Amino acid sequence: MVMTPEVLTLSETPWLFTGVMLVKIAVAFVVTLLIVAYATYAERKTIGRMQTRMGPTMTGPKGLLQPIADGLKLFFKEDIIPAQSHWAAFILAPMMILAPAFISIAVIPFGGDLHFNYDGVLYAVPMQITDLNIGLLFIIAMAGLGVYGIVLAGLASNSKYALLGGIRSTAQMISYELAVGLSIVVIFMLSETLSLRGIVAAQQLPLWGLESVSYIPNWYIFCQPLAFGLFVIGSMAEINRTPFDLPEAETELVSGFCTEYSAMKYALFFMAEYANMITVSAVATTLFLGGWGGPFYGWINFLLKVFAFMFFFIWIRATFPRLRYDQLMFLGWKIMLPLALVNIVLTGIAILLW
Amino acid sequence: MSDQAIVEKLKAKFSSEVLNVVEFRGETTVTVNKEQIVEICTFMRDKFGFNLLCDLCGVDYMGTSPRFMVVYNLYNIATKKRIRIKAPVEEKNANIDTVSTVWGTANWHERECWDLMGIKFNNHPDLRRILMPADWEGHPLRKDYPVQGPDREPYQGRLS
Amino acid sequence: MAANTETMTINMGPQHPSTHGVLQLILELDGEIVVKATPHIGFLHRGIEKLSEHRTYHQTIPLTDRLDYLAPMSNNLGYVLAVEKLLGITDEIPERVQRIRVIMAELTRLKSHLVWLACHALDIGAMTVFLYCFRERECITDIYEKVSGARMTSNYFRVGGLAEDLPDGLEGDIRDFVESMPAHIEEYEGLLTGNKIWQKRTIGVGEISAEAAIDIGITGPALRASGVDWDLRRDNPYSGYEDYDFDVPVREGCDTFDRYKVRLDEMRQSTRIILQALDKLKPGPILADCPKVVLPAKQDVVNNIESLIHHFKIVTEGFKTEPGEIYQGVEAPKGELGFYLVADGSAYPFRMKIRPPSFVNLQGLPQMVEGKLLADVIAVIGTLDIVLGEIDR
Repeated sequence: MVMTPEVLTLSETPWLFTGVMLVKIAVAFVVTLLIVAYATYAERKTIGRMQTRMGPTMTGPKGLLQPIADGLKLFFKEDIIPAQSHWAAFILAPMMILAPAFISIAVIPFGGDLHFNYDGVLYAVPMQITDLNIGLLFIIAMAGLGVYGIVLAGLASNSKYALLGGIRSTAQMISYELAVGLSIVVIFMLSETLSLRGIVAAQQLPLWGLESVSYIPNWYIFCQPLAFGLFVIGSMAEINRTPFDLPEAETELVSGFCTEYSAMKYALFFMAEYANMITVSAVATTLFLGGWGGPFYGWINFLLKVFAFMFFFIWIRATFPRLRYDQLMFLGWKIMLPLALVNIVLTGIAILLW
Repeated sequence: MSDQAIVEKLKAKFSSEVLNVVEFRGETTVTVNKEQIVEICTFMRDKFGFNLLCDLCGVDYMGTSPRFMVVYNLYNIATKKRIRIKAPVEEKNANIDTVSTVWGTANWHERECWDLMGIKFNNHPDLRRILMPADWEGHPLRKDYPVQGPDREPYQGRLS
Repeated sequence: MAANTETMTINMGPQHPSTHGVLQLILELDGEIVVKATPHIGFLHRGIEKLSEHRTYHQTIPLTDRLDYLAPMSNNLGYVLAVEKLLGITDEIPERVQRIRVIMAELTRLKSHLVWLACHALDIGAMTVFLYCFRERECITDIYEKVSGARMTSNYFRVGGLAEDLPDGLEGDIRDFVESMPAHIEEYEGLLTGNKIWQKRTIGVGEISAEAAIDIGITGPALRASGVDWDLRRDNPYSGYEDYDFDVPVREGCDTFDRYKVRLDEMRQSTRIILQALDKLKPGPILADCPKVVLPAKQDVVNNIESLIHHFKIVTEGFKTEPGEIYQGVEAPKGELGFYLVADGSAYPFRMKIRPPSFVNLQGLPQMVEGKLLADVIAVIGTLDIVLGEIDR
């Protein structure tokens, strides 16, 4: 006899629900932190190999303990707060950058449902911390929050380089958020939902609903390649990765908005950068590459796609020089924004005609 | 145009200004009075095409009078010729007109000459010290400036 | 209502990742636009000109290494040529010496240009090129080490010759390296030249016309990228450069991109010159036959009383020159490096004035960046290829 799984709810089984939720949060958080730590290692190793170097080799076998050593070092360093800075904002800023980066993970589905028996009842647990029905809006909102941390860091440091970095990143993130936001509007139009779970489910169907090519899934990258390109470029700009790393352009602004930061606060900025990279990869995977769908078991697909994205970001960093400020603005407002709008209109027409 | 021809024309134009002409190892050096240095340099640039001022520096002949010599090494990019012009400068009245109006590059060279040799350049747009700190006293390349620096014992060799 | 705006003064350097040493730039910014740029130099001033007045002609050679420390052999070459001219022994330099000097000077040009490209690309954000260039530069420092024992401050040339002959087998090493070099240059070009971002960052940036460049005294690749066809190696040849077949790359763009292309082409030409010089290299003496001036070979010092006396006299007293003054310019990697020597007949230079190319080229910086963006300042500092050791002396 096949039992229909029950969905856990807070009203019917409050304790079980809370327990399961806490476990999910803990797992997601720890895994993300681990990926953040080892993303730095992977970046150094990958870029090292691309540049005919070795990368870290000394700390632990093949340098595997390097992220931990770095973390420990930064943790025990002297925490300098410049005398002329606004100390409250100075301390708050790194936290304000890191928190949104992690919160976005909450709405991303990692895999299909887990089923388990408890008290003779079969329960289904989605591998997603919470399925908000406005999941995508939530992610965009959180990405928007991240900019406050950078602006605050730039202002509170009371340093000219930090200020310039802060101003640059505000302008950059606001303009690219627009392009990124508009580029994913087409996804809502196709899936008719804002829930990420729903978007993933829609991508499990065969391509364009054609039964003849049922072996190709309906990933939105196939029907919206332009939106995908815009999203990836735009999110690279939003998370300040090369070639859009102007806010912290080392050779121009020393270190941009984090010039005056040291020790653990600097480490928080550093972690935020990589956490953002993971978030963006996860969102791109969910929106365009069918989330956890694929040949392997649920979350393995998801992780593989996320890692592929991160490798892509690292690869770009080893290849491209940095854009100039005015060129960046030009690209954002005059190329990406119109393209995203055109894409929306074309998609609308296509949906009407079908 | 050969160096002699240039010197002849220069002499014809500024007969009272040219003090001395020396040739050494194939290089011609013309010593001129400092009063009309700007006119002479403009003449050299416009008439003979010495469009590049390679170098400008001061030389300190301590013990002779006049004590300083300001040296202009000129180059003609079209004919690949070099010529050197020198102008003596008295110690008491250590100044000379700037040629930064003739060649823009003279600006920094003259600042350096003022900084290290203490020769003033009249009408210079921005005569500040360039290599030494702004509050430095003395002009280090003068021969009476000790090589080990001011207020220090000369180096006596190793004591042990 | 008119907004109350004011410019921001920002202090770039002397500690800044991309000022290539201890250059200080006071920038007045209106937003990100540079209103005024004022370079301040002198943080590395060691008084090399003053020191040289208290050293014999030979003792000054190691000081010249420390001018442009990225191209030490070019400085050595300029200085020894100047002293040889002062002594009037230019024609007595043996052929092998001239060939080896050319080989080393051109390797030095490669070395200097590699560091330039590395840092220029890194400043603009292309990190990979930096490491690729340093990989090749490492080979040149290895060659340096084999001929002179030092990787940077070589002190290899002597008045009238060389310190030592090339060690056995080095010619083959140099040839292998130089033959592999064009492929490496292709590799750098593959990463940069066609790259849209690189083009956007360099084309039309830091423009300076030929007239303005000559007026401000800019020389070397920066001048040739402004369309002035002038190279001292070809136009006032020294050390036997007239024997080699090479082109002088000239471009008309006047901007950062063309300066980049000119330097890359120059690297290709350098490899050509080195290969020709290697072909023409024959065994022979490595010191001129001028016993009053040139240090005798070591085996003569221990076997021959005259040589011993000469060695003793030259080492303890130095050699005396005729009174006179000369100017010798050489085409250093960064432009015309000139030595103006005044001799009073003693064993010490009476006055040595160095014309450092970077010093003069740096003067063009304010003209090239004012009215441009902050990011262009970085690109222009990179493209001018300055070395502060040479600027401050």
